[in-house]
Amino acid sequence: MSGEGLTVRDLRVTFDGGVTAVDGVDLDIHPGDLRFLIGPNGAGKTTLVDAVTGLVRASGSIRFGGEEIIGEPVHRIARRGIGRTFQTATVFEQLTVEQNLDIAAGAGRSALTLLRRRRHLPDSVGKALEITGLAALRHRPAGVLAHGQKQSLEIGMLLVQDVKLLLLDEPVAGMSHDERESAGELLQRISEDHTVVVIEHDMDFMRSFARSVSVLHAGKVLSEGTVAQVQADAKVQEVYLGRASEPEPSAAVPVPVREEV
Amino acid sequence: MTVILNQSFTGVSIGAVLLLIALGLTLTFGQMGVINMAHGEFIMAGAYTTYVLQKPIENAGISLLLALPVAFLVAGSMGALLEWLLIRRLYARPLDTLLVTWGVSLMLQQLARDVFGAPNVQTTAPDLLTGSVSVAGVTLANSRLFILGFALLCVCGLAAILRVTPLGRRIRAVVQNRDLAEVSGIATGRVDRTTFFIGSGLAGMAGVALTLIGPIGPTTGTNYIVDAFLVVVVGGIGRLRGAVITAFVLGLLQSVLEYSTTVSVAKVVVLVGIVAFLQWRPQGLYTVRTRSLV
Repeated sequence: MSGEGLTVRDLRVTFDGGVTAVDGVDLDIHPGDLRFLIGPNGAGKTTLVDAVTGLVRASGSIRFGGEEIIGEPVHRIARRGIGRTFQTATVFEQLTVEQNLDIAAGAGRSALTLLRRRRHLPDSVGKALEITGLAALRHRPAGVLAHGQKQSLEIGMLLVQDVKLLLLDEPVAGMSHDERESAGELLQRISEDHTVVVIEHDMDFMRSFARSVSVLHAGKVLSEGTVAQVQADAKVQEVYLGRASEPEPSAAVPVPVREEV
Repeated sequence: MTVILNQSFTGVSIGAVLLLIALGLTLTFGQMGVINMAHGEFIMAGAYTTYVLQKPIENAGISLLLALPVAFLVAGSMGALLEWLLIRRLYARPLDTLLVTWGVSLMLQQLARDVFGAPNVQTTAPDLLTGSVSVAGVTLANSRLFILGFALLCVCGLAAILRVTPLGRRIRAVVQNRDLAEVSGIATGRVDRTTFFIGSGLAGMAGVALTLIGPIGPTTGTNYIVDAFLVVVVGGIGRLRGAVITAFVLGLLQSVLEYSTTVSVAKVVVLVGIVAFLQWRPQGLYTVRTRSLV
């Protein structure tokens, strides 16, 4: 196991207009964990990830690898080894698959090397092309990729950045059943030497691949533990799964919905 | 026949000037979406750089060659400073940006008036560029040929930077998706400033070239700024190829119409034509096609 752990204490995010999206969250994610963040729409999952990556302003404490990172500029946090994906597959549409990976790989490069055309791509780019199965599409503009392929490319871009912690926002949304299976296996492989946090609405997917689960509700952590512990938690059943969920919870699980904000 | 060829060359050289002044804008306006009304004053700054350099350096050829990189640095630094001081606080507020940079443009014009005086000044063109050559009965002014060549060189240079260098890819990446660029570890603020530096520097070099076709004054830039924006808008925002085609088409139209009517009528017809074109194709000549879900 490797990767860095994330420790969040009393994290609060309030938007202009007074809406509190994250309301005092404590979170301990150990190195090498494969943590799923679940919760109803508007629970604050995406905002939590936005706060950790510096895209929204937050108060409280976020420690990564033993250092406080709250308030740092977005690109600094990224260079510390925290990578994320967005809810809608987000890549540089007009650049090729290879260029997308190359940009992610070289983000920290100094200004002097920026004007030089390079003959060879970093090894990590080739490796990421292979892992994500995009090698054959390397010269295509990323904008023409299918949705699932874009999502794989996003993960590839995190791998070449050499991140230690991956925050994935609904990585399998819109994927077919088979695509989900292989994406889940990819996540497990990645989590062997990275810490991975996944926001997901698909409960079957969560049950198959999660090592631990945190349930968010109304900006707070409602429950935490293994899949079995969380599912047995009465509070979780009430706010999320619905009372009638037992004995077969999957029957009552809401259809994956895209979360706003 | 000679008349047609002569007018065509005039059109091409008007196009080359348009292209040169619009090139910087394809970066700052086309790529970054900043409406910088002070862009014309960077052109003016480049023109005065030539004037200032001619004082100590008597040889007009050497001073002109020297003026190109110096004007790039002078105008580029002014642009980077403007971006850092004002524009970066105003991203996503286009109307405010327009007003603020318009104010800056007025201040820079007054500054030029205070330093160099209100009347226009004339620079000396190198001997090599004052003559003309005749090809098949067509008179080609050397200075116009120089501007044409220089404009094409700048286009190729800019295209190369945007396409092949990692810097260009970063500029495009930040333009396409700022959040994604940031979480990928790119210092987007620095990329913005670099982009603005290059765009404004190109305006400065355009100013140097303009000294070859007429006297220069505090309002030199303002006279060109509207045309420059038109070229970028008609070409399709963010598309270098569109700007090149548009500049030459507008130049040719202008010269043909000027020949058959008058200068003012030509100007009006071209403007009406642009308005009609944008009604038909609001996105300009070229657009980007993707399967984006957003």
